Amino acid sequence: MIPFDYHRATDVEDAVRTAAARPDAAYLAGGTNLVDHLRLGITSPGLLVDVSRLPFDDIDRLADGGVRVGAGVRNSDLAAHPAIRRDYPMLAAALLAGASWQLRNLATTGGNLLQRTRCAYFQNPATPCNKREPGSGCSALAGWQRHHAILGASEHCVAVHPSDMAVPLAALDATVRITGPGGNRGVPLTAFHRLPGDEPQRDTVLDHGELITAVDLPRMPPTTRSAYRKVRDRASYAFALVSVAATLTVTDGVVRDARIALGGVAHKPWRATRAEETLRGAAARAESFRAAAEAELAEAEPLPGSAFKTTMVREALVSVLTGLAEGRPR
Amino acid sequence: MTGTPPTREPGHESGRPRERLDGPAKVAGRAPYAYEQPAEDPLFLFPVRSTIARGRVLWVDTEEAAAVPGVVAVLTHLNAPRLASRDDLELWVLQDDEVRHHGQFVGAVIAGTPEVARWAASLVRVEYQREWHDVVLRADHPERYRPDHVNPSFDTDTSLGDVDEALADAAATVDQTYRTPVQHHVPMEPHTTVVRWPGPADLGAVAMYDSNQGVSPIRKVLAPLLGLDPDQVWIHSPHVGGAFGSKASPKAHHVLTALAAHLVPGRPVKCALTRQQMFANAGHRTPTIQRVRLGADRRGRLTAIAHDVVEHTARFKEFAEQTAVATRTMYAADNRRTTHRLVPLDVPAPVIMRAPGEAPGMFALECAMDELAVALGMDPVELRIRNEPDADPESGLPFSTRHLVRCLREGADRFGWADRPPAGQGRRDGDWLVGFGVAASTYPLFPQQGSSARIRALPGGRRQVEIAASDLGTGTWTALTQIAADALAVPAEAVDLVIGDSALPSTVGAGGSSGLSIWGTTVVAAARAFRDRFGDDPPAGAEEVGELPENTAVGRYALHAFGAQFAEVRVDAVTGEIRVPRMVGIFDVGRVINPRTARSQLIGGMTMGLSMALHEESVVDPRFGHVVNGDYAEYHIPTNADVGDIDVSWLDEPDPLYNPMGSKGIGEIGIVGTAAAVANAVWHATGVRVRDVPITPDRLLGRLR
Repeated sequence: MIPFDYHRATDVEDAVRTAAARPDAAYLAGGTNLVDHLRLGITSPGLLVDVSRLPFDDIDRLADGGVRVGAGVRNSDLAAHPAIRRDYPMLAAALLAGASWQLRNLATTGGNLLQRTRCAYFQNPATPCNKREPGSGCSALAGWQRHHAILGASEHCVAVHPSDMAVPLAALDATVRITGPGGNRGVPLTAFHRLPGDEPQRDTVLDHGELITAVDLPRMPPTTRSAYRKVRDRASYAFALVSVAATLTVTDGVVRDARIALGGVAHKPWRATRAEETLRGAAARAESFRAAAEAELAEAEPLPGSAFKTTMVREALVSVLTGLAEGRPR
Repeated sequence: MTGTPPTREPGHESGRPRERLDGPAKVAGRAPYAYEQPAEDPLFLFPVRSTIARGRVLWVDTEEAAAVPGVVAVLTHLNAPRLASRDDLELWVLQDDEVRHHGQFVGAVIAGTPEVARWAASLVRVEYQREWHDVVLRADHPERYRPDHVNPSFDTDTSLGDVDEALADAAATVDQTYRTPVQHHVPMEPHTTVVRWPGPADLGAVAMYDSNQGVSPIRKVLAPLLGLDPDQVWIHSPHVGGAFGSKASPKAHHVLTALAAHLVPGRPVKCALTRQQMFANAGHRTPTIQRVRLGADRRGRLTAIAHDVVEHTARFKEFAEQTAVATRTMYAADNRRTTHRLVPLDVPAPVIMRAPGEAPGMFALECAMDELAVALGMDPVELRIRNEPDADPESGLPFSTRHLVRCLREGADRFGWADRPPAGQGRRDGDWLVGFGVAASTYPLFPQQGSSARIRALPGGRRQVEIAASDLGTGTWTALTQIAADALAVPAEAVDLVIGDSALPSTVGAGGSSGLSIWGTTVVAAARAFRDRFGDDPPAGAEEVGELPENTAVGRYALHAFGAQFAEVRVDAVTGEIRVPRMVGIFDVGRVINPRTARSQLIGGMTMGLSMALHEESVVDPRFGHVVNGDYAEYHIPTNADVGDIDVSWLDEPDPLYNPMGSKGIGEIGIVGTAAAVANAVWHATGVRVRDVPITPDRLLGRLR
């Protein structure tokens, strides 16, 4: 047996206090990622603090019309919730596009945000990886790059974040609610995940001991159309090659507001702010959408093996926006 | 089926769509697979594997691992029991310090629980002396050589007439190179074995519960390696969760577990490879580089066919996939040649996998035929029909039966081929580009030798039929019972079939799509002998053994199954994503014993062909020498959502010459041709010809109209 201690948290304070006291502690929720990593030898925490029984499994309406999703809400429950399906259909779509039924039944909202990259070199302890073992080198830089980043990567890491769910959350301006040893804080989802820089071992801005308790979704204007488009190698049970989450508000043929996030292209769900700025006030037609996509991808720096993603995500984004403008989601 | 009274007239089992006799037990979890067999006080083995592709083990530090509570022993090449034969270096496990491929077993931990074994294995420190390695197949590789024969015993090269001259004179030619990648079998049930040495007194020196394709052939190889007679080794393998060639021959984990068991006398040692380990320790299919040249006259009659193959083998063990062999049989042409060349690399040993030879080879030939049809401006179905040979083109032997033309014509009708838009002008449906593709398929009927079966009369008119056959999930339990019922002139309900045990009369393993043919022929022979001796009212306890008779058709006839596959493909013009909403397969496979299980096998085969076309690729990292995408998340096979409607059917044409049932083989022909049909449909939909599988979205992106 891999030797580790186990503590079932009785409440949030207990969880945070216990984890904060042990530098080698990790939180355990659905376990769909962490347990794999324990088996594969990717990580070996000395203490697992089980937060799966904490009362974080509610989905509540907020006073401002938004929704608070408990960190323990299972992916399948979140996708099926009437308020999510009605008000945030692209979030439901993204959840259902991820993993498999079995995994979605276990995986939690907080855990989904914290899932680690699927980079095949990270997944294999026999190959060097700066994220798994800082300073050991990045095997992907001269290796298999089909699933790697085209935006925001560094010479130390070219991994991408694998979550589908996090992509619409980035577009929706969701906020991650966190409780830590120093108290509570909220972090915009777009600032929650990090770019790799020279610390690729750090996926997020969470400090040790901090625990996600909820994700807040702001109110969606009823006139806004949204869509999630995932491009993948097979029809189900495959990580995104690229994905697009977008909302579009158009009046009189002019784009009033657009919120766009891209998946499969960076170390974090990539909020396409340049594309959004380009679109605001532009005519809602294909030329504008293409210009917006080009603007966002101007600084793309793909590896030879991931070069196709620049074309793929551009075409997917143009297609999604065109579909939204024409009222026929693609 | 004990206790079930006879309910049907005998003699009509063959052709009846019986439900699986083993189905209820499997659904209820009462059909034990190897790892689930009862084992008293077992120990668990977890391997330590090399992290280099070639070199030597300088030293191994087992101290930390051995100190873990629950660890019983740590096995390395320094303390492993000695093996008796060095003939097969894949099985020369822990006998020397050489590392021959990445992921090779260099040690193992035996412990009281699988978790402790795994954890302790991660604590074994191995220091290597690394040597230069090469895992990359290139057509012009300097070490390329010509093997003496290709699997199992086909000529390496063949040549008739003058291909170059015929190509120079041809009205239309194709000269293209097609590539297929390394592929892995990935059966759902991993390779598992449970070994006790010595076994229980009544079972032999070594007793094994094992997941394999044939207890007799596995035992024949393992016993002498362990310094034993075959009779001293007992292997039990009644249920197998998929194999696809990877469990046909012994693998290193068998030897590793046996060596471990020898260290802990009398205690069962259990080993189940992890999914990740299966990508280095359970066999694979070689990548292929295939140049195909075709020449034809103006009317589409082939004048030249050349198929030149370069593929890899392990440096330490030769396996030559018979990639171009099917090309020798498919089409008439006066000038023809086939060649196979091997490149020895520092890779694990390749092995037979899902239509070895035919699957990659027919992908190339049947794509080339499609390209020739385009060059000639001819319908690809018609082009194939025009090149139907009167006899086997290279041997000159008459075919036992060959109904390829009927498969093509009737398949085209079933599919609606006539609605196909003109070549290169597929339909458009919104963002989807829609295309149709066709390919032909063939699979040889392998003659085999050395098979026997025993019939025993039980009280109450029942018959026990004993043969060391196997059921890989394919339907042997059911179909062989049906054959036995007809041969014994009793209802199927009165037959107790016993298979999957080396104490039974010895026979061949499942492989080459010939299992049911060989076992069925043997059972029919045993039944005849039994009835000749005892009549149809034998006393309980009456017993007769029968042997597989010599196949008199071999050498006088060309023996092959045939088929035609059709595919509709939809390609997303925006993203390059590919979907296959429907396929049609129609086959000339002789008489079908059980239409229900046969249909499943043919659908499964076509699904594997679809998988080859769109999904499967083991990505090898040249720097480390390992498979990078070695798990189910990254090594893609189709999910249910990827498999559309698959319509399979067969001609009702018994083959009177190959075996007494009139059947051919059905296990693999569904795979053959399907990948080419899909690739040809992708071309038809998009105008993009992809000659390397898998055809992934990035290969089409940016090239779509």
